[in-house]
Formats: sequence, C-alpha cells, structure tokens
Amino acid sequence: MSLIPGSDSITQVLSLVMYVFFIVLIFYGQRIQMWVMVREVENSLHKLRFIKEEGRKNTIEAIKEIGKPTTDPTQRVDRYLDYFTIGPQNMDPAGIVYKLDHILDVRDERLKDEVKLMAPQSNEVQINNLENTLEAAMALNFIYKVVRHYYIQGKKTLSLYVIMQLQMILPMVMKEAEAYASALKAFAYGQPIGDGAGPLVAAKLMHGYETRKLPKDCVMATVPIEGRTALIIKAEGPGGNVGKPGDAVEAVIEEYQGKIANVIMIDAGLKLEGEMVGEVAEGIGAAIGGPGVDQYKIEDKLTKYKIPVNAVIVKEDIGDAVSPMRKEINDAADKVIERVKAVILERTKEGDTIIIVGVGNSIGVGQ
Amino acid sequence: MAQEQNQQSTGNKISTTYVTFIVLIVIVISIGALFLAGNAYITGDQLTAGFLALIGLIAMTLSVFILFQSRRQGVEMKIEAPKVMTTIECTNKTCSSKSVREYQRGDYVFKELDVACEKCQGKQMITAIYKEVKEKEKTYGV
Repeated sequence: MSLIPGSDSITQVLSLVMYVFFIVLIFYGQRIQMWVMVREVENSLHKLRFIKEEGRKNTIEAIKEIGKPTTDPTQRVDRYLDYFTIGPQNMDPAGIVYKLDHILDVRDERLKDEVKLMAPQSNEVQINNLENTLEAAMALNFIYKVVRHYYIQGKKTLSLYVIMQLQMILPMVMKEAEAYASALKAFAYGQPIGDGAGPLVAAKLMHGYETRKLPKDCVMATVPIEGRTALIIKAEGPGGNVGKPGDAVEAVIEEYQGKIANVIMIDAGLKLEGEMVGEVAEGIGAAIGGPGVDQYKIEDKLTKYKIPVNAVIVKEDIGDAVSPMRKEINDAADKVIERVKAVILERTKEGDTIIIVGVGNSIGVGQ
Repeated sequence: MAQEQNQQSTGNKISTTYVTFIVLIVIVISIGALFLAGNAYITGDQLTAGFLALIGLIAMTLSVFILFQSRRQGVEMKIEAPKVMTTIECTNKTCSSKSVREYQRGDYVFKELDVACEKCQGKQMITAIYKEVKEKEKTYGV
C-alpha cells in the first residue's frame, strides 16, 4: 500500500501537500496561533494609538480655545499625560484611608493648578471641565502604554501566554478606551455624562430651593418631600466635578447630631450584559464608587449613629457612564424620583429628617 | 516621542505590506488552481477539476475577504462625536412650550436662557441634555 494514495500526478501532489500541511501544523501550530493573536493585538494597538493621539489633540485644542493661553500648552500637556500618583504604603493599613484621601487631595489641587496655568483665561466651571478632559487624555495615554508594554514583552519573549492574556482582555480594554475618547469630547464641551444620573436626580429635587455650599465642592438644599425634611446633596455643577460626598454627608450628619432617619444614595451603577440602559434598581448600602475614601467616611458615620442607608441606581455600562448622557438615562431620572419617594414613604415617618445624595459627576448639570 | 511614533508606524507598514504580500501570493496560487481546474475539465477529469476549482474559489474568497477587512479597519479609524440635543422648556407653568435643538457650548441643565418664550414671553430654561442612540442593543435571544 502506497503512503501517497491516488494514481494520477495531481492527486499525488495534493496528498503530499496535505501531509506537509499537517506536519507544519504539528510543529508550528502554536507559532501560527501566536502570529494571528499578535496581528490582532497589533491592530488594536494601532487603534489605541490613534485614539490616544486624538485625545491629546482634542485636549490641546480645548485648552487653546477655552483658556486662550499666551504660550503653546502642548509641552505642558505632554508632560502631564505621564503624571502619576503613588498610593500610600499598606503594610500597616491602619489610617490608610486618610492617607489616601490626603494624596488624592494633593493630586486634585496640583491638577487644578496646572490647568489654571495652561488655560489662564478660563473660569471655575471651565477649569473643572478642562481638568476632566485632561484626566481622560491621561487615562487613554496610560491604557495605550500598558497594552504596548505587554505586546512588546510578548513579542520579545515569544510567549504565547503573555500575548494570549492580552488578546483575551483586549475587547474590554478597547471598550474602555473608546468610552474615554467619547468622554473627552463631552468633558471639553461641558455636556452631561451618564455618570451624572445621581446629580441630575438631586438637581431635579433641589431646583428652586436655596442652596448652600458643603465641604468639598458639594451643595445642599433643604426640601420638603412627603411631609419629611430632605437634605439634598450633590456635587456643585455645572462644571465637571464629583466633589467629596463623604465629607459632605459627614458634615451634615454631625450638624444634625446624627438625628437622621434615613440616607438615600442615588448613583449610576454598572449594568450586566442583557440588562437595559436606564433600568432603575434599589438596594441597601452606600452607593458610591471611586477609590473608597468617601464610602468609608459615609459608612463610618452611618455606623456611629446607626442610620439606615438605602441606594437607588440607574444601570448603564462603562461606555455610557463617561460619554454624553443617553436619553434613556435622562428619562430614568423621573423614575428614580418616584422610587425615592416610595422609599421615603415606606422607610420613614412624617416629620423625619432624611439625607438624599446624588452621587456622580455634575458636569453639565446645574442646581 | 515623534521618533518613537515613526518607528511604530514603520513597523505597522511592514506588517501590513507583509500580509498584503502573502494575500497576493495566495490569490496567484488560487488563479493557478482555477486554471488547472479548467485544464482538467477539458481533459475529462471532472473529479480533479471540481476539487481544484473548490480549493481555488475558497482561497480566492478568503484572500479577498482579508484584503477588504484590512481596508475597512483603516476606514473605521475615526472617533465620531455623537449628536447631543438640548430640551428647552418655558418656566411659566401655564405655558406648555417645549422645544428641542442641537447642543450649544455653554448649555447645562437648569440654565435660564436669555431668549424669551415665543408663546407667552416667559423665561425659558434648559431641562434636559442627552444623546439619542438609534441602534438597539442585541439581546441574543435570551
């Protein structure tokens, strides 16, 4: 029996080609697989570089347009894109929250000062918007550099597993990068973003009532709702600002000596795939994201005075959270108000004092 | 930084050229296979002709697909700003005037506008700013 079947020459050649193909696949299959993955990562990296460059360009243009600087801000922006923050040492975690809080404060102040220098003609609202724009550009720069690092490392070491891990998380990384690219324009223009769902609800509740400032960058209004006194808190808008709701809630609870019947927190929450954008859900706990400092402060005070905490969230994905607010999220604000009123009626008595916090970025949302 | 970018773009150029080169070779081979198929058909060997034609067509389709895909990736490389709308309502509670226009820089929710309401000459205010996403999310039948 012949190893290469068939009688005519073409069939024999084709069979031989099949054998060669099979042997090549046995020895070089992994290399081919890696080559395909490298190509995929390369394409994404190319796209990431484009997004990062667009982000940088948009930031510089926004600074030039809004801030009217006398000198070209390009060099300063480039220097700032690589700006980093070193978190506190956690070998002895006692007191780490306040150390982190301090570092974040220093970072925020530094960023604001830099923006003031880059855009001297801008007002407070514009400075906040430009600060957010710069942060989005920094995030894009960081994503690009990290992906490039693992791509080069994978190619250098010819490690399938480094490339494979990178290729597996790339769809999520790309989604985040595209979201930041979209956010950049929203921040530069001062448009409300999906993360502003909480401040939008708070603004709707407090609009028309006198407001006063709270630490830090937050505002509060006293509003009668369903026979209760509601203390509505949000970050001060319309500039891009998340404020420090932890400090604000802490200050108000102490001001009222803990005599608060309930705290209701409203925030944008990440949706799972399959859930609809703008869905409203209710639960228990301090609904607030970020590095955890504000959540810690709020939980600390709530525990001290045994105050119950309820949360209402508007579901959206990461892309919706940092890009201009979708109509579904805007429309969800009225549904959230209904839900908050239901919580108030069910969980508190007439004459009680409650706190309602709209957590999120107040960009494009006044009060 | 510029030098680094130049190096990167050269790298991309090389890999793109490399892929295009491979695709062109595959196209040439597939044309050869189709030619051989025609030849085999004329000589009466229909089985070989069919086999070669199948291989040739599959190779050609895949090559054209890869070429178009790489071209499409180049075209898709742009960030589009979504269309954002601003809703303006009259603050006079008896007037139900409401209008929607494109977002203008400086707009924010609850901003009182200088332009008076056309119906009642009352003050106007921005009540909503949003973008409309037309494409519906896929549910994957679950």
